Amino acid sequence: MTTLSPERPDTVDLAPHVSLSDTISQTMTLAWRATVKMRRSLEVMFDVTIQPLIFTAMFAYIFGGAISGDVGSYLPLIIPGLIGQTVLTACVATGVQLRTDLDSGVFDRFKVLPIARIAPLAGPMVADMLRYLIAAVLTFTVGIAIGYRPGGGFAGVAGAILLAVVAGWSLAWIFTFFGLVGRNAQGVQGISLLVMFPLTFLSNAFVPTDTMPRPLEAFAEVNPVSLVITALRDLANRGEVTGAVGWALVGCAVVVAIFAPLSVRRFKKM
Amino acid sequence: MNSPTTQPAVRASGLVKSFGDHRAVDGVDLEVHRGEVFGVLGPNGAGKTTMLKMLATLLPIDGGTGEVFGHDVATEPHLVRQLLGVTGQYASVDENLTATENLWLFARLQGLGRAEARQRGARLLEQFDLTEAASKPISAFSGGMRRRLDLAASLITRPPLIFLDEPTTGLDPRTRGQMWDTIRELVTEGSTVLLTTQYLDEADQLADRIAVIDHGRKVAEGTADELKSSVGRSTLQLQLVDPSDLPTASALAQQLLGEEPTLTPESRRVTVALQRTDQSVDLLVALRDRGVAIESVTVQKPSLDEVFLALTGHDTGEDTGEDTAEDTADQPTQNTQNTQPQDMEASR
Ligand SMILES: Nc1ncnc2c1ncn2[C@@H]1O[C@H](COP(=O)(O)OP(=O)(O)OP(=O)(O)O)[C@@H](O)[C@H]1O
Ligand SMILES: [Mg+2]
Repeated sequence: MTTLSPERPDTVDLAPHVSLSDTISQTMTLAWRATVKMRRSLEVMFDVTIQPLIFTAMFAYIFGGAISGDVGSYLPLIIPGLIGQTVLTACVATGVQLRTDLDSGVFDRFKVLPIARIAPLAGPMVADMLRYLIAAVLTFTVGIAIGYRPGGGFAGVAGAILLAVVAGWSLAWIFTFFGLVGRNAQGVQGISLLVMFPLTFLSNAFVPTDTMPRPLEAFAEVNPVSLVITALRDLANRGEVTGAVGWALVGCAVVVAIFAPLSVRRFKKM
Repeated sequence: MNSPTTQPAVRASGLVKSFGDHRAVDGVDLEVHRGEVFGVLGPNGAGKTTMLKMLATLLPIDGGTGEVFGHDVATEPHLVRQLLGVTGQYASVDENLTATENLWLFARLQGLGRAEARQRGARLLEQFDLTEAASKPISAFSGGMRRRLDLAASLITRPPLIFLDEPTTGLDPRTRGQMWDTIRELVTEGSTVLLTTQYLDEADQLADRIAVIDHGRKVAEGTADELKSSVGRSTLQLQLVDPSDLPTASALAQQLLGEEPTLTPESRRVTVALQRTDQSVDLLVALRDRGVAIESVTVQKPSLDEVFLALTGHDTGEDTGEDTAEDTADQPTQNTQNTQPQDMEASR
């Protein structure tokens, strides 16, 4: 749409709906807005900077000996696990941020503009891919610093980072949905942690799933977080695009297919 | 059956919104003609914002229908949004961005190219006297600056229909006058404006037609003049040169108009209600024949304050309850004096 003429509202061609290319450009514009916000309040970066630094070293030394006998052989297991966990934590912040944003008044204007309803939700999520990227890169860096030698080489690690970013974007839809449902930022934080913990710990992030009781193991095996972490291990440690990578992408697609429409529907009703 | 060009800018029929058991908007009909300023007047909680939000596609409609230039608000929201600029009651700009960035954001979202977005933003900032503050964060803006930026953000695509929810609440008289001028300009350029206000003088000054809303219902509609004459009669106020003529004038008024005049000897004033405005001429002629010298004459319609009071049974909350129902009924002119100086101040 371009400029209307105030005098002749009937002579302008109104678009019946938002085209896909417009949707994408609106999403990118809103992603730009989110990056400007990020630059101005850098504390939103803590969870993807400080946390990977501390957690990676801490987990490796605390659990390493107990689970794999020594730290060195635990690193190929734990580093991809930690990436999965850190990215998931970063997704929680995506939802909480959205809630704060929704309450700020500017969303009233987004809602009244003739833009795709998904754009105000997807825009910040695209910007947050930057945060997942930082988290993944930092975790690998710390891992390598304490002795991790990824068998997949540079390409494998790069592939794993790419997958982590895509997975982060997909899983963030879960928390975007809770961001829309929750009454306020604290509420959203509360529900999100409640969802995040089982997703993290009922997964293969830190321990092999076969020691879990049957029902929990069953969940852990289809948990998209497990699927992603398995794929991250295959990529980083073996440098192979295995079937696990395919399953991870399927898992992510299922999450998006469920939570994106739910979120947009919820947003439209607000 | 209606060709699109004959459709009114806004048409609402039987609009309803409930929050639980509470009907915030309870069956409102509205028709806003093209090119006019339509004022929705009502006290706090009357349902003004709720009604506007429904028509702006911001709140689902619970009952009735709304149309904007013939497009149904509920079923064709995307078309409606393309025709509409909305400035809500509370600022809806991004606090984290500067004024320039805000306008750029909204321009880009509405499909303007980079160069065009930049130009349009700069022009609007200039028009709204915000150029100096262009790169300041919004959190450092005063209420009036925020309000102006908010309006600027609604005008990026020059929409044919503009909703303004209490555009001047919280503004000082000078800024308020500027806002009024801006709104009048919009109309000159061909836009239609639907605004809400709690200020009677604002409705009186700006709106071609007014709907009075109370408890979610429309209690009256018409031009300011129509509303005024629907409620009360005009009064004739005479100020005499010589106080000793007061009894003569009073007797004549009583005789010719059949109404008991009110006398204010200290200011040599006679005030009398008129059945019809032209009766005042009879009295003036009779006074001249008797050689009664007159210093000033005013015929006054009842003020919107009184209209409001009569229609809703309560005050607007604008004036601090100094007028009770009785003294307004007895002395219609008293209230006008409350609003008039305010108008003059604001439009200066
Ligand atoms: N989201 C909501 N949930 C519950 N009640 C609401 C909601 N929004 C408005 N109301 C109620 O609906 C009624 C009308 O509110 P509205 O904001 O439309 O009034 P208004 O005329 O705009 O008032 P004001 O002049 O104070 O802005 C009020 O009683 C208000 O409490
Ligand atoms: Mg309101």
